[in-house]
Amino acid sequence: MAKKFFYIIFSFFLLIPNLFGLTSSDPQISLKKQNWIFEGLFGRYDNSSLQRGLQIYQEVCSACHGMKRLRFRELKDLGFTDVQIKKYAETFEILDGPNELGEMFFRPGEPSDTFVSPFKNKEEAKASFGGAYPPDLSLLTKTMKNGPDYIYSLLTGYEETPPQGFELTDGLYYNPYHDGKVIAMPPPLYDNVIEYIDGTGASLHQLSYDIVIFLNWAAEPELQKRKSLGLKFLLFLIVLTLLLYVTMKEIWSKIEK
Amino acid sequence: MSKKFKNKTLAWLDYRLPVFGILREALVDHPTPRNLNYWWNFGSLAGITLIIMIVSGLVLSMHYVPHVDLAFDSVEHIMRDVNYGWLIRYIHSVGSSMFFLIVYIHIARGLYYGSYKSPREVLWWLGIIIFLLMIATAFLGYTLPWGQMSFWGATVITNLFTAIPLVGDNVVTWLLGGFSIDNPTLNRFYSFHYLLPFIIVGVVFLHIVALHKVGSNNPTGIDLNLKKEKIPFHPYYTIKDFFGFGVFFIIFGIFVFFLPNSLGHPNNYIPADPLVTPEHIVPEWYFLPFYAILRAIPFKLLGVLAMLGSILILFVLPWLDTCKVKSCRFRPIYKQFFWIFIFNFIVLGWVGSKVPEGHYLIISRICTGYYFTHFLIILPVLGMFEKTLPVPLNIFEKQKVKKKYK
Amino acid sequence: MTQSNSRTKSELSKDRRSFLKLTTASMAAVGTTFAIWPFIDSMNPSADVLALGSKEFDLSNITKGSSKTVKWRGKPIFIKHRTKQEINEARNVKLTELKDPQKDEDRVIKPEWLIVVGVCSHLGCIPLGQKKTDAKGDFNGWFCPCHGSHYDSSGRVRKGPAPKNLQIPKYKFINENKIKVG
Repeated sequence: MAKKFFYIIFSFFLLIPNLFGLTSSDPQISLKKQNWIFEGLFGRYDNSSLQRGLQIYQEVCSACHGMKRLRFRELKDLGFTDVQIKKYAETFEILDGPNELGEMFFRPGEPSDTFVSPFKNKEEAKASFGGAYPPDLSLLTKTMKNGPDYIYSLLTGYEETPPQGFELTDGLYYNPYHDGKVIAMPPPLYDNVIEYIDGTGASLHQLSYDIVIFLNWAAEPELQKRKSLGLKFLLFLIVLTLLLYVTMKEIWSKIEK
Repeated sequence: MSKKFKNKTLAWLDYRLPVFGILREALVDHPTPRNLNYWWNFGSLAGITLIIMIVSGLVLSMHYVPHVDLAFDSVEHIMRDVNYGWLIRYIHSVGSSMFFLIVYIHIARGLYYGSYKSPREVLWWLGIIIFLLMIATAFLGYTLPWGQMSFWGATVITNLFTAIPLVGDNVVTWLLGGFSIDNPTLNRFYSFHYLLPFIIVGVVFLHIVALHKVGSNNPTGIDLNLKKEKIPFHPYYTIKDFFGFGVFFIIFGIFVFFLPNSLGHPNNYIPADPLVTPEHIVPEWYFLPFYAILRAIPFKLLGVLAMLGSILILFVLPWLDTCKVKSCRFRPIYKQFFWIFIFNFIVLGWVGSKVPEGHYLIISRICTGYYFTHFLIILPVLGMFEKTLPVPLNIFEKQKVKKKYK
Repeated sequence: MTQSNSRTKSELSKDRRSFLKLTTASMAAVGTTFAIWPFIDSMNPSADVLALGSKEFDLSNITKGSSKTVKWRGKPIFIKHRTKQEINEARNVKLTELKDPQKDEDRVIKPEWLIVVGVCSHLGCIPLGQKKTDAKGDFNGWFCPCHGSHYDSSGRVRKGPAPKNLQIPKYKFINENKIKVG
């Protein structure tokens, strides 16, 4: 009886992640599930993939999307040296001030600065795109369920042809993965939209894959450290709990049944 | 009763302030039933989780800023810049889910084994008070990151107070410190979120005092009078509790390190926007059953009363349940109804995450009705008519009977 | 024979029991220590504070004879572009006259640039002397208005209650016109 109780409670608890999946009003078309290297017990990031992702962000996305929670010095995680980061930061103009005359001025970026958003604020961004706001990407993969799969599906979803009789408003694009099946963002990625510095073939799949990994890193830079610490923690605990169990049995054996 | 301490220093101190004597009586010598099963681990688990929540919360409070323009960013600062900030934040957010899971199981144990019956009614009441304080603390805490769900969840719940007849709107304005949820609200929510856990500690202390006065219940539900039915708390239950901690920390660790956001809502990673309402406003999973009850009833005030009533009814449970037999082990009919109640509660939780329309609404109404029926009709009636199994005279007798049938 | 065997057996099991308890207890203690560390470490300076721990400053705008105040780690830094006269003044002082004996040569990398932390070593006020109109004290350096400590053109304490010279922060020249402090 007690065991049944335990299983019911535990299975309910495991159902919780699925509970929220069922709350979306749109019957979502199933996402294109990918094998992400950061998922699972042994999840980690791959520096070459992250660097390619940074390149995509720099050359494609940063025209419209901000990355305001990321600081240049954090690019150290991608394998860049301090000198490289300093040089990279200096290519950006940062608004600073006021100076002694009370004026705001521009200065070259430093490693401790954040990435520069293309717009001063949300309102300016919205105004430039007729009311549609290109969201800041710093936390994007965490703001939705199955973030990485969703973003991958979205980026590769423009290829789908709209069904017969589908009314497409001017300025909007058909994408079955987005709410309402249309999206204001024009397809940002296609084969060879950029040329990778490291020479990897820039197919749509590769581009989408790399940018998602980069975005996931931007949202969860601690992931690798978290999972490796987690493994050590669990290993230690399993051993300790077994020891505690054996000790408990040993102590309780003193009591006659 | 007070044994002498061998250590001279301890003896000197204990004579003047009997702290060590009390601790020894409570944690070492305390006679505890020898037949307790693992369902009795959940009290100490709740205790250790409370401590973890307070310690992690204390550290978080060194870096968090309770201002609407800075709150969300300060949490991201904790996640990215503070050494091990991500770990402490995830411990705190996952920890609150763990705390409620543990307490729900702890309460269920009480329902199954009749731990609320005489002479443990006050112990039970103190427990309900702790539960209510936990609910308040968790609600306040969830608003602090100032995400979309923080803001809109707070808006929905504080709006409930407008249901109070005559003074409702004034009460809400007073609570919020303004005309909508804004900076004054965030600041006072932070202040109370910091305070309440320490009040919980105080009530937990009373809870344990009340427990020690009457002694623990046990799986048979019978009063233990024979000396050999009890064993000292240390080392038997200290080691069993530590083993329980080990198992708990493994589960806790799996969520903190590998599934930290699975129990939360992704929308809360979007900074609060008073001009954009999210598609579905849902509270954290542990509030879902009560959320379902609230929305099942079409009239605002009645819905609020039903939601409150669903918890307050627990106060009168010792008198609603008229059966003299405590433990479900000897109540074969009530046992079935217990499981139905649990199942009903889970269904209520599931339906609480759905939009209250169509068949979801119907299910929530049936389940809400059943919830109250369980307490108001089934329990009193069962007490009068249920044929209980023969209750043993002592805990050894049952075991002898068990062996006979092997 | 059998009696001594059974005694050893119970002794063995006692040993096994205490070994088990000792192992478990020590493992739990080690685990607890490791578990507490993140909470303590979280109070250490966070990554953003550490990143601002060192800063670069441009010297090209500071004319000879003038002194600039900049902020580093929340404290003022006096960057003084010394004239030949000020350098000689500092170097001609006998060490026996100094409360906190230090050679001027040991306090600078390049003699025309004096870089000190602008916090009085007495009780922490910021000494006057940066502006041309400020009081400079009796030794042509800085004067602390709080309790009357005088510093010379090398930032060394000459009169007053201050026990030590103005602190020299860790810095280096990146090029002719730039220093990195910290």
